[in-house]
Amino acid sequence: MNETKYMNPYLAGFFLGLLLLVTIFITGRGLGASGATKSGVVAAVSSVAPAHAADSKFYSEYLKEHDDSPLKNWLVFEVIGVIMGAFISGLVSNRLSLTLEKIPTVSSKTRIITALIGGALFGLGSQLGRGCTSGSALSGMAVLSTGGIITMMAIFGGAYAFAWFFRKLWLYPGGK
Amino acid sequence: MGPLVPDLIGNELNFVVAILIGIAFGFILEQAGFSTSKKLVGLFYGYDFTVLRVFFTAGITAMIGVVALGHFGLLDLSLIYVNPTFLWSALVGGLIMGLGFVIGGFCPGTSVCAAAIGKIDAMIFVVGGFLGVYIFAEGYPWFETLYKAEDWGNVTLFDTLGTSQGIFAFGMTFMAVGAFWFTTWVEKKVNGKENPELQPKKLYLGLGLTLFVLGIATIFMPERRTELLADAATAVSNQKMDVTTIDELAFRLLDKDPKLQIVDLRTATEFQKFSLPNSTNMTLEELFGKDASKILSIKNKHIVFVADNEVDEKKAAYIVEELGYRNFSILEGGLSFFKKEILEYKPAGEPKTRQEIDTRKFRQRAVKELPALIQNAKKGAAPKKKSTRVIGGC
Repeated sequence: MNETKYMNPYLAGFFLGLLLLVTIFITGRGLGASGATKSGVVAAVSSVAPAHAADSKFYSEYLKEHDDSPLKNWLVFEVIGVIMGAFISGLVSNRLSLTLEKIPTVSSKTRIITALIGGALFGLGSQLGRGCTSGSALSGMAVLSTGGIITMMAIFGGAYAFAWFFRKLWLYPGGK
Repeated sequence: MGPLVPDLIGNELNFVVAILIGIAFGFILEQAGFSTSKKLVGLFYGYDFTVLRVFFTAGITAMIGVVALGHFGLLDLSLIYVNPTFLWSALVGGLIMGLGFVIGGFCPGTSVCAAAIGKIDAMIFVVGGFLGVYIFAEGYPWFETLYKAEDWGNVTLFDTLGTSQGIFAFGMTFMAVGAFWFTTWVEKKVNGKENPELQPKKLYLGLGLTLFVLGIATIFMPERRTELLADAATAVSNQKMDVTTIDELAFRLLDKDPKLQIVDLRTATEFQKFSLPNSTNMTLEELFGKDASKILSIKNKHIVFVADNEVDEKKAAYIVEELGYRNFSILEGGLSFFKKEILEYKPAGEPKTRQEIDTRKFRQRAVKELPALIQNAKKGAAPKKKSTRVIGGC
């Protein structure tokens, strides 16, 4: 069976916007993703090396602000939901398959390394930006937060500014 | 009135809500095609602007929704989380994320989606994300200055730019529609053909027009709050209102009437110095909030607005009436009159009529008993619990 088509982007955007609105109406906060990564890191470090976590300012500040376990966090539950939702969507649309996606001119090794570096940069940047594309840019835009909109422009502006240097990762003669 | 957390939905149930919202979030992102890095980075090379379309449509939809819910008093905008603004940190963080985007091909939310359907590159991106946060955490002392510089607080862009919320929302909508049109044109140039996903054209013209009209509508939605506050000032003189006389209030206080709820409109400092039993302190602005709606909508309670003078009381009564509440009255002559005639009552002259004699008797009793009640209430009063802004963000 063939993969089914993707949803119309404006329709998907409309649904996503409604979901964000409902989320704000119910919980008073927007959507997010990178916050769950942060909870994960704090949880891992504070259980593997509790002494180090207590010494270091970042972890101790986080643990002080959150009484419960760092994993008992709204975004952690939300991201668990995201995994389930995306899996269901992949299942109904026949898109489940274990693949390393890349263009033919890029080696698997390169794709693995760039994915790792890209992830690390995003993880680092999301801490400085106090949220990623979802938590800061999208949710920030919905509530018209100055910081969120600045971060959004910096993400997309930065990506455009750097895109030319990394074009070989995504474009190849005669295709993309 | 929203947000529903933490009153209607407790903190534990909120986690269940989080999972359900997450499922919808993941499903929509995957259906939109955000589970493949090729589609995601297409935006930066001009061959596929799906991300921009989905992202801005979502942002505009939610934004117009938030403005509208706030306008109709369904959502207390002072309680929702507004991402704080730290200028340099936001800029530098954003640029680093942009770099991560073109190198890695994902952003955190989309990488989770792609990993869920089996994309190995996305799984590695997720691992990289943990690594990045770990680097930040370990290097925190080094990043801290940048992280905390230029703290502007939880500001919104229309505050920063000094425009009205409606005009700003319209500007954003206008920009988004322009971007949709422009990127479709770029996409056509780069790919050499029209995007088949974006047919029929008429539908999109219609959608764009709807968005445009909605945007214009937000401009002409004057913020209800500002409007009512302004009207309140002029409308007070020629309005009939329910008045609670000072003797009636004193009687209800002495009687410890459980139905009585006083809303004190003076400043917090004045309230601290002196307040009546069963009273809660609130400014005119706070009448629009969720805390006020909780108190005002309790059945079987009668609200009495008190302030130094009747003018402020009448303003509050006007606003509350416009907001749709009914069971309230204002205090005759204001608190100053109440203090003079009840709390510091000094009989003057000889009472003549039966009613004057009764009044004098009652006030002589009140002047003796009320101060003790006020003292007691002050001692027993729990510190005021205010709803605070939801803590959110990543």
